[in-house]
Amino acid sequence: MAADIVKIVSKKFDIPDSHKLEVALKHGAYESIDKLFTMKPEDVTEEVCKSGLRGKGGGGAACGPKWKLMPPIDERPRYLICNGDESEPGTFKDRQIFQYDPHLLIEGIICSCYAIGAHESFIYIRGEYKFFIDQLNNAIDEAYEAGIIGKKVMGKYDYPIDITVHRGGGAYICGEKSALIESIEGKRGHPRLKPHGKECEWFYDMPATVNNVETIASVPNIVQNGYESYTKYGTEKAPGTMLFAMSGPVKNPGVYEMPYGNKMIDVINEIGGGMKDGLKLKAVIPGGASCPILTAEEVEKAYLDYESMWDIGSTLGTGGMMIIPEGVSMVDVAKNLIEFYHHESCGQCTPCREGTGWIDKIIEKVLNGDGSTADLETILDVCETMNGKTVCVFAPAVKDIIKSIVQKYRHEFEAQFKN
Amino acid sequence: MSKFKYTEEKEQEFQRIAKKYPKIDAMMLPALWLVQEQEGWVSPDAMIFVADKLNKTPIEVYEFATFYTMFNLKPIGTYHIELCKTLSCMLMGAPELKKFIKETIGIEPGQTSEDGRFHLSEVECQGACGGAPMIALNHTYHENLTVDKLKNIIEGCK
Repeated sequence: MAADIVKIVSKKFDIPDSHKLEVALKHGAYESIDKLFTMKPEDVTEEVCKSGLRGKGGGGAACGPKWKLMPPIDERPRYLICNGDESEPGTFKDRQIFQYDPHLLIEGIICSCYAIGAHESFIYIRGEYKFFIDQLNNAIDEAYEAGIIGKKVMGKYDYPIDITVHRGGGAYICGEKSALIESIEGKRGHPRLKPHGKECEWFYDMPATVNNVETIASVPNIVQNGYESYTKYGTEKAPGTMLFAMSGPVKNPGVYEMPYGNKMIDVINEIGGGMKDGLKLKAVIPGGASCPILTAEEVEKAYLDYESMWDIGSTLGTGGMMIIPEGVSMVDVAKNLIEFYHHESCGQCTPCREGTGWIDKIIEKVLNGDGSTADLETILDVCETMNGKTVCVFAPAVKDIIKSIVQKYRHEFEAQFKN
Repeated sequence: MSKFKYTEEKEQEFQRIAKKYPKIDAMMLPALWLVQEQEGWVSPDAMIFVADKLNKTPIEVYEFATFYTMFNLKPIGTYHIELCKTLSCMLMGAPELKKFIKETIGIEPGQTSEDGRFHLSEVECQGACGGAPMIALNHTYHENLTVDKLKNIIEGCK
C-alpha cells in the first residue's frame, strides 16, 4: 500500500496568510458553526463518539467517551482546556495549527465547548512557542472583534465563549493533563493521583475536560460533514487522520496529515523522501521519545496505527517519528534521551527522580569504558523498579525507551566495555 | 517590602489578564512572565513583589519559579541563545553548533560572555525537530542551521 496524504486538519496549511481571519473565512472557517447550533450538545458528543476520534496527544483515548465523563450541568462553571504543551521530543505538530490555522482551533473550541457545556476555554502552550502564542492571540483577538466568540457565537448564537491562552514556563511534564491543570492553578506541574473510577478532570474543583489541540481541531469537520466523513479514512479501530511528524536525516522532514494505517517504511520513503545523503536507516523511535525503539527490520513490518504498533511491541504516541541512521551509536542515543528524562522528571516520585539520574550515571560510566554486564542488568532493573510505581506514566515511558534500546542494541553497550 | 514594581503598562496588563481566571493563583505564570519581559530576569525582589500581589509567601513563588526552566534567576545579557540538545537536533548537528559558539563567543552552556552580550543555555527539546538543528535567539526560532548560518545570525546581533 502506498502512503497517502489526506488533508482534514491541515487543509489550509498551504494557503498563504491562512492564519488571518479574512483568508480563513474565504476557505471555509467557521462553516461548521451554523450546523452546530442546530444540534443538541449531546448529539454533538454522540457524533464525535461515532467518528471514533481518538486523542492525538499520545495516549490515543477516544475523545467522545471522554466528553461524557463531564457531570450533568449544574451551577458550577465548567472548562475546556486545550493541551498545546507539545514537549515530547520528536513532536512538532500542534505548532502547525497555531501557525497556519489558528481559527480552526478556535472553531474546534466552540464546537467542543458547546458539546460539554463549557463557556470558557484555556489553551496551555509551552512557553518556548512565543511566536505561536502571539500568532494564536492575534487570531483570538480577531475572533473577538468579529463577534465570533465573546458574548455570542458568530454574533447570533446565545452561547458565550471566552478563550484564554496560558503560556507555560518550560516543563515537559506539563503536557500531562493533571500536571497541566496544576500548572495553570499556579503550582508546580506535579501530576495528580488518578482516581479509582473514570471521571472528568477538575480545575479549581470545577469540572473540566482536557483535549489535545489537534484533537479539538479535528472536531469541526466531524460536526460539519458527519462522522462518516471521518470514518472513511484510517482503520476500523483508529478512524480518521493524524498529523504525523518526521525528523532526523530524511530528505523531507516535516508534518504530514495521513490516515492511520499507512506502512511506516512507505511513509519514510515516499512522504519523507527516504534517507538523506545515502545514509542507511538504522532505527526509528516511532511516536515521540517515549515509544519503544524499532530496529530497521521492525520498521519494515510496522503500520502507523495504535493497535498495529502495540502488536509489534511499541506505541504510536504522538506520531512523531525520529529517524536514526546507521553510524549513530545507540549508547549515545540512550544517553541523550536519559539526560532529557532526568532533566524533566518533576521530582515528585522518588523512583522517577532518582531512577532517571541513576540510569544517566550508569550510561555515562558505560560511555567512559568503565561499564560491565552487571551495569546493564542494573539499568534494566532500575527501569522495572520505576515502572508502575509512580503517579504518572513518565517513569513507564523512561522504562519503555531505555529498556528497548539496551535490549535491542546490547552489543553496542558491551562494545564500550574496556575490561 | 519589595522595591520592584511593574511599569504602568505591565500593571495594566496584569490587571487585564487576572480577570480571565477564576482565581488569582492562576496568575503565577503570567505574573512571572510580565516580570521577565520587563527586567530580563526574575530577581528575589521581584518574587517578593509577586508574592504580595498573589497573596503567596515569597518561598512559594521561589519554588514555583525554580521548577520552570524558562525563568532566568540571574541577569543573562542581551542575547539569549537557547541551543536545543535533544535527539533530533543531536543527530542533525547540535554538537557542532555548540562547539562553534564556544570557539567564537567563548561561552559554554550556562555562561554569559564577558561583554554581557550573549548568554548560552543548552536546552531540551524545543518542538522544532523537523528543522533540526535549531536555536532560539531571544525566543525567535532559527531552524535548519549550519555553522555558516549560525555565524551570520551571531554577526547580526548588534
